[in-house]
Amino acid sequence: MQTVFQQIINGLSLGSIYALLALGYTMVYGIIKLINFAHGDIYMLGAFWGYYVINVWHFNFISALLSAMLVGAASGVIIEYFAYRPLRHSPRITALITAIGVSFFLENGMSYLFSSNTRDFPQIIKQVNYNLGGVLISNIQILILVTACILMVLLQLIIKKTKMGRAMRAVSVDPDAAELVGININWTISFTFALGSALAGAAGVLIGLYYNSIDPLMGMTPGIKAFVAAVLGGIGSVPGASVGGFLIGILETFFQSIGLSAYKDAVVYFVLIVILLIMPAGIFGKNTKEKV
Amino acid sequence: MTSLLQVDNLVKNFGGLTAVSNVSMHLDNNELVALIGPNGAGKTTLFNLLTGVIPVSSGSIVLKGDDGTFALNGKPAYRIAKLGLSRTFQNIRLFKNLSVLDNVLIAMTSRSKEGFIASIFRLPSYYKTEKQLVEEATKLLTIFELEDDMDVLAKNLPYGTQRRLEIVRALATKPQILFLDEPAAGMNPEETANLTQLILKVQHRFHITVLLIEHDMSLVMNLAERIYVLDHGSLLAEGTPDEIKANHKVIKAYLGEGE
Amino acid sequence: MKTNFKYNIIWFIIMVAGFYLMNTLILVGVINTFIENMLVTIGINIILATGLNLIIGFAGQFSLGHAGFMAIGAYATAIITQTATTPVGFYLSVFAGIVVSIIAALIVGIPTLRLRGDYLAIATMGAAEIIRIIINNMKITGGAAGIFNIPQLASWPTVYIMVCVTTIIIVNFIHSRGGRAVTSVREDEIAAEAMGINIFKWKLAAFVLGAATAAVAGSLHASFLQTISPNDFGIMESISILIIVVLGGVGSITGTFVAAIVLGVLDTVLQDFGALRMVIYAVALVLIMIFKPSGILGTWEFSIKRIFNRFKRKERVEQ
Repeated sequence: MQTVFQQIINGLSLGSIYALLALGYTMVYGIIKLINFAHGDIYMLGAFWGYYVINVWHFNFISALLSAMLVGAASGVIIEYFAYRPLRHSPRITALITAIGVSFFLENGMSYLFSSNTRDFPQIIKQVNYNLGGVLISNIQILILVTACILMVLLQLIIKKTKMGRAMRAVSVDPDAAELVGININWTISFTFALGSALAGAAGVLIGLYYNSIDPLMGMTPGIKAFVAAVLGGIGSVPGASVGGFLIGILETFFQSIGLSAYKDAVVYFVLIVILLIMPAGIFGKNTKEKV
Repeated sequence: MTSLLQVDNLVKNFGGLTAVSNVSMHLDNNELVALIGPNGAGKTTLFNLLTGVIPVSSGSIVLKGDDGTFALNGKPAYRIAKLGLSRTFQNIRLFKNLSVLDNVLIAMTSRSKEGFIASIFRLPSYYKTEKQLVEEATKLLTIFELEDDMDVLAKNLPYGTQRRLEIVRALATKPQILFLDEPAAGMNPEETANLTQLILKVQHRFHITVLLIEHDMSLVMNLAERIYVLDHGSLLAEGTPDEIKANHKVIKAYLGEGE
Repeated sequence: MKTNFKYNIIWFIIMVAGFYLMNTLILVGVINTFIENMLVTIGINIILATGLNLIIGFAGQFSLGHAGFMAIGAYATAIITQTATTPVGFYLSVFAGIVVSIIAALIVGIPTLRLRGDYLAIATMGAAEIIRIIINNMKITGGAAGIFNIPQLASWPTVYIMVCVTTIIIVNFIHSRGGRAVTSVREDEIAAEAMGINIFKWKLAAFVLGAATAAVAGSLHASFLQTISPNDFGIMESISILIIVVLGGVGSITGTFVAAIVLGVLDTVLQDFGALRMVIYAVALVLIMIFKPSGILGTWEFSIKRIFNRFKRKERVEQ
């Protein structure tokens, strides 16, 4: 029983990071129907930013997190402006290949500038483990969970309660109609990218604290896993992405705990294929079909 | 009575909405039948059910063709096409980036016996079947005066010619029944007149049954031997053009109540 | 019949001439080992990219898992030729790789090819990663370290012949009944089905044929480089193959040849630049997508028949 709780705690910590990333995928897919392949790389940028500001400018956790969110948001908006906006009316595959190109660019660009070596992330918060009836939980895990939850609640508030959130929902349902009622499509899409990428930047700093190590290719696998989480939750659905993220995190730690850690990534891909085939709309999504 | 195509109590539900309810109809050999009805009556849905594009909710579709009797409901669209039901589409679905000739050759694919090994290694049998296919396609295209456009990409043809090519392509599958979904849509009166001649030619020359959806009443009344009227997903009336013209229910459905 | 024979003979002469040209250049020393390596890499990439172009460009199915099938061929050759170190052993291993990759392609393709566009891309990528992870955890494949000291049984003539054979198979397939069926699926699935085409069967046929040629490329890769590890066959490799297809033109085999050669030469020239080279490719990919999404050659193909026809027309005009 203790080990089960322990795995759930570990799974939730990891899952909250996937959830933060999955939210970006789901929002972008919801609004422009693009699998933003480069999303995982924004998380990498966030982690590198955190690494530098903590080491060089001696930022504390909060300011590192907030500045990484700003950097993430800015890079998301820039990528959308230069790479995706010109392709808004192109076939979806063209846009997907572009996204792959952007991802390739960020990964190799960072390898070129900072070498592809793994670096140790500075530990600004001293790890303390609490023992709750045999279940170990660290202050960093609590911090990650709390930060992720606060950010998710904020996001939900922005989407449900603000004017911009309403515009986002309108554009995702019908961009043409949204434009007719006076919504600025370009602004709304930029804003969506900013929000999603800010969360990815935050996730980058959190993962740095959790795993202690960062490298230019670190975004690839978590990025894909977060996409799986978004699909699992129902792509386009914000609560779905959060739930999906936690589920993938728990699934992964579960396979690790039963001694199959070498196969934990394979399991996630397998889940992806099964979900796409059996319930492509995910847990919270809606199904659509082509009209003849 | 043995009809070529016998449809009984056909139903299609989309969620809570019944798009086609309890439609029963029949098509006989070498007959030209029209399916009319106001917008949203479920005509195209009925076509999609008959040709297997969407699955039926309940009811039966039975084909008594040259090769025997087959239940069509539940079969995938390509099997139904192979059994002899071919169609055109309301919003033209040609293979746009392929040549006119290729469009027709593709429709012959399922009838052709060209083997994988023969084509990979270019065995003599490959050249023989290719030659036969191209000859047959050329013959068909010549009948419809498209032989000069054989190498033109389908997307570069004028609108009316695209509609014509779609009919040729449907005929290339050697159908027993041809379904035409609004063939005259977007045509001017002259083009419509030409189309009328074309459809008659198709029916007589290829000895096939034609079912067409059309809004152009002059075309329907000129061509059809029998007419089915569909409204709100169910059959409102059936009869000869004269009977339909005099039917009060039909007039009401088109003009609305309260007149 | 006779004219068809003529074109085939011309192609055959071109291929033989190319072979002797290379052979002579190597003998006189114009082509050194360095250039030979480059040419072999280009050849392997051509095999990979023509197969992927069949799947993406002609069947319209966006697969991002090509490296997985390449891995199967590579490991088949590495494992078999370690015990059977003869040319016969090599060809046996190529055959084994093809068989296993066809089985894998069926297992992957039958469920996933029902998915559309971008979902298919992600699913095939996941499937290829699963293949890689399985290889990574098996004993016979040497785990994460991979296999080294693979006997070099494939030299440039083997690669040259394999490039010719796989290209002939794919091009002939494209110009046959099957190729037309496959292209109709790309153009419009609903219309294709209404014309009696079993779209699922033809999607699968293209996918399996592409996977089989990828396995051949993998075998050559393993035998020529003599060292392989699971990391050689990751997502990055699939994307590199995709870049060749996209730059050359989705739906143009000629374009694939041109892109593979251009990129292969660039790779060698820019070898000292490492990561910067990949940055340049990434930028090129994005720019091509924005300004010329159809690639360098679009769907244009080099055709001897067309050249002849033009020639004849000219003669007629002059007379």
